[in-house]
Amino acid sequence: MADAPKIALDDVHKRFGEKRVLNGVSFEVTRGESLVIIGGSGTGKSVTLKCVLGLMNPEAGSIRIDGEETVGLGTRDRARVMTKFGMLFQGSALFDSLPVWENVAFGLIQGQGMARKAAKDLAVAKLANVGLGADVAELFPAELSGGMQKRVSLARAIATEPEIIFFDEPTTGLDPIMADVINDLIVKCVKDLGATALSITHDMASARKIADRVAMIYDGRIIWHGPVAEIDRSGNPYVDQFIHGRAEGPIRMQVKRL
Amino acid sequence: MGFVRSVGGAALVFLAATGRIALFAAVAVSHCVRPPIYGRLILRQMISIGYYSLPVVGLTALFTGMVLALQSYTGFARFQAEGAVATVVVISITRELGPVLAALMVAGRVGAAMAAEIGTMRVTEQIDALSTLSTNPYKYLVAPRLIAGFTMLPCLVLVADIIGVFGGFLVGVTVLDFNPGAYIQRTWQYLEAVDVISGLVKAAVFGFVIALMGCYHGYASKGGAQGVGAATTNAVVSSSIMILVFNYFLTGLFFSR
Ligand SMILES: Nc1ncnc2c1ncn2[C@@H]1O[C@H](COP(=O)(O)OP(=O)(O)O)[C@@H](O)[C@H]1O
Ligand SMILES: [Mg+2]
Repeated sequence: MADAPKIALDDVHKRFGEKRVLNGVSFEVTRGESLVIIGGSGTGKSVTLKCVLGLMNPEAGSIRIDGEETVGLGTRDRARVMTKFGMLFQGSALFDSLPVWENVAFGLIQGQGMARKAAKDLAVAKLANVGLGADVAELFPAELSGGMQKRVSLARAIATEPEIIFFDEPTTGLDPIMADVINDLIVKCVKDLGATALSITHDMASARKIADRVAMIYDGRIIWHGPVAEIDRSGNPYVDQFIHGRAEGPIRMQVKRL
Repeated sequence: MGFVRSVGGAALVFLAATGRIALFAAVAVSHCVRPPIYGRLILRQMISIGYYSLPVVGLTALFTGMVLALQSYTGFARFQAEGAVATVVVISITRELGPVLAALMVAGRVGAAMAAEIGTMRVTEQIDALSTLSTNPYKYLVAPRLIAGFTMLPCLVLVADIIGVFGGFLVGVTVLDFNPGAYIQRTWQYLEAVDVISGLVKAAVFGFVIALMGCYHGYASKGGAQGVGAATTNAVVSSSIMILVFNYFLTGLFFSR
């Protein structure tokens, strides 16, 4: 299946109780491409990623990785598919009981069974890739600033050299300069690995920088997608409102009326 | 009708929770016996459960043995049976008080910590992160704790038995003026292996229950800090109740006739 898309979602539905979060999400990411999904808070961006990762099970729809259906996969097959993925979590999700280097080396030691000594050397090299010195390796995550935690989390996501990397709001909570540093690192790391990237964000500056293609999620569906260059002439009023950050427009924030 | 409905509703909630816990336990145990086994993590949990619980379990056992000697002496003095004090102390400690009190103390100390740690990992997505790093969270987080709880509680209880009996001896020879040699002889005289063994078997079950409840409630916690707090409380309360209930049935199993 050489020409199957790397990731293909078809009509994915997910709800929590009465609340429908994904209402038929469909999109494809081709090999080596970087797709960024934009959308407001609480529109189901993280849920979409977690469905692809198999951390949540959609009620309906199909999710194929390299042409292989992954919805309803058994534990063993899921573990095999999981080795293709790297993920940068929204809150970094570093293991706070482990020092930085062991966080970065975690997938190598636990997942691939690499010896600790070799894994540590590799972890230090990966930390250098994201601009962190060897002195940081012995610290614990709680001793780092938010920006440094994001870098460590990025180093952890790329340490096993995955084919597909997910970025969940990589720049949220960072100052604009640090956000730009992280964006540059993401672009560089994805290019170095030749990986396929799927990112979600509501930060347009970040989206413009790391995306080849952009898709916008609204009301549980992808309402527009296209090359990043065309985003300013999408002709879609929802996209226009979102990228310009206007309060007025077709998107109504779900704020309860008093 | 309203009464029937609420009783029925509560029963359904109870059954659903029991089912979820049983399923969780089945998956977790299956990971305990299948490789890879994380020896380093098991060792760390054993130290945290076994070694660091020694002071609190030891103190509990010491004072329980002491008060037991005092109480049984004044009680038995009413029908001139003071000589039975040593026997009463050793049998009460090994069969009941050693395992139950040690387990309750460990539930408060270790069960709460497990629920808080795993709960925090859940709400900060660290458990999701484990999965994405090709590590099964059941195997990495739950199995080592279950193994450590199951194996370390009997060790703790054995120590508690010895310290508890020693506490009784201390009070016996200092406060109650027993002859030390006679007290020790009385301690051994009527003690049977089943007294100690039943206590250790109970301890293993209790240790498993404590770790299971700590892990289950942590694993299932949602929300933020509040969810983790609720998980901690639920872990301690549910494991304490299960210890007392299981204690009754295990006693029935061992000593029914
Ligand atoms: N585990 C869960 N249980 C219940 N509701 C959830 C859960 N995860 C997410 N949701 C709901 O799904 C919606 C989308 O969440 P999310 O995908 O995290 O949004 P975002 O687009 O900001 O990443 C939110 O309204 C959230 O309340
Ligand atoms: Mg999100």
